[in-house]
Amino acid sequence: MIRALRAIAGRDLRLALRLGSETMTVLVFFVLTVILFPFGVGPAPETLAKIAPGILWVTALLASMLSLERLFAGDYEDGSLEWLSLAPVPLELVVLSKALAHWLTTGLPLVVMAPVLGVLLHLDPAGYLTMIAAMALGTPALTLIGAIGAALTLGARRGGVLLSLLVLPLYIPVLIFGVSAVDAAIFGLGAGPRLLILAGLALFALALAPFAAAAALRQAIE
Amino acid sequence: MARPISSLHRFANPGRFMRLAGRLMPWFAAVTVVLMGAGLYFALFDSPPDYQQGDSVRIMYVHVPSAWMALFVYVSIAAASAAALIWRHPLADLFAKAASPLGAGFTALALLTGILWGKPAWGDWWVWDARLTSVLVLFFLYLGHIGLMYAFDDAARGAKAAAILALVGVINVPIIKFSVDWWNSLHQPASVIRLSGPTIHPTMLLPLLLLAVGFTFYFLTLVLVRMKSEIVAARIRAMRLAQLGA
Repeated sequence: MIRALRAIAGRDLRLALRLGSETMTVLVFFVLTVILFPFGVGPAPETLAKIAPGILWVTALLASMLSLERLFAGDYEDGSLEWLSLAPVPLELVVLSKALAHWLTTGLPLVVMAPVLGVLLHLDPAGYLTMIAAMALGTPALTLIGAIGAALTLGARRGGVLLSLLVLPLYIPVLIFGVSAVDAAIFGLGAGPRLLILAGLALFALALAPFAAAAALRQAIE
Repeated sequence: MARPISSLHRFANPGRFMRLAGRLMPWFAAVTVVLMGAGLYFALFDSPPDYQQGDSVRIMYVHVPSAWMALFVYVSIAAASAAALIWRHPLADLFAKAASPLGAGFTALALLTGILWGKPAWGDWWVWDARLTSVLVLFFLYLGHIGLMYAFDDAARGAKAAAILALVGVINVPIIKFSVDWWNSLHQPASVIRLSGPTIHPTMLLPLLLLAVGFTFYFLTLVLVRMKSEIVAARIRAMRLAQLGA
């Protein structure tokens, strides 16, 4: 099982590295959108600092959604998904491996980039560590929930718009607790409980998403 | 274990369903008319205005039943989706397909009446109140469900994908509701003017309950109409195809 996971995730990572795929798209989107905000709300440091956690989380969320469409689409179009479904490992594990590779190529860069962009937005110094921790806990949940949406919309007409419509409502809890954890750290309220809830959301997504996404994939390749 | 499933499958026969639906529908429609008529009479003429909100409280008699229906229909769609995925019950898919736009309609009605009621009660059209927000999210869940259902050239594929989505959604609805409640209490502590109290006077409760049951029968009537027309449409398609083949 672990070997299969490593093989599938390794294959996806190699593909991502050699094709230079989603990582750059996601990062460029993240940076550009965040940079737009000072133009939109004005350069005053106190205004920016106040909304910095919200900006970072919302744009990270949109950025991670941007890459979801390709999560299964490539394998679906060239038929490798059917071969993977015939492999002697459960399809749930395939989903999990692909989600892991997807998180490493698109979620992790967001976690690394968020504090850098925090500097641009005058994020309160007390919030940095929590920001990184919250992103590290929240982005896996985003990838896993997104995997369900990506699997459901495989081969759909207007799949991209539909995918955001399906996934965004399910992202709301992660957004709420992600932002509130950073806010709590800045106001000295203790981010611990909020980070724990984020971890809970991530674990819940980890338990639920592979089954739902695998069920969706099965009916897509039927 | 075998009995409930086999009795469920007795109604999987579209012909039998059509006969049963045809027999039930006039009764459901009649109950709807009676209950909604009586409920609206009590709500609009024979119930007292609220001592704080005056006559604007009458919006409640449409607003609350719509909000209840919005939730009830979503849960019923999820139950039907589970039946469709587990037993491949053909009518369950049909029910989900027929019920989803109706549920979205009830949700939209709840939102619109909420907006109209918000102006006199809270002094603003829209407040990011936890309840309004979760109903708004529910509306988007409905839109996603409908969108996914019609997004595929193969209707069976769309029905299955939508069924999985409905199940994922129904598991997530309590989590979303909890987070939104929590979010609102963090950002906006007790700034929203609540209704005058949790207890509601019997003269107001009666029309509310009448209308709630009336809305339910209205939904059942419409669902049967939509399911029947869906079956008829499928038959027409099959006949056309047969004609082309002949």
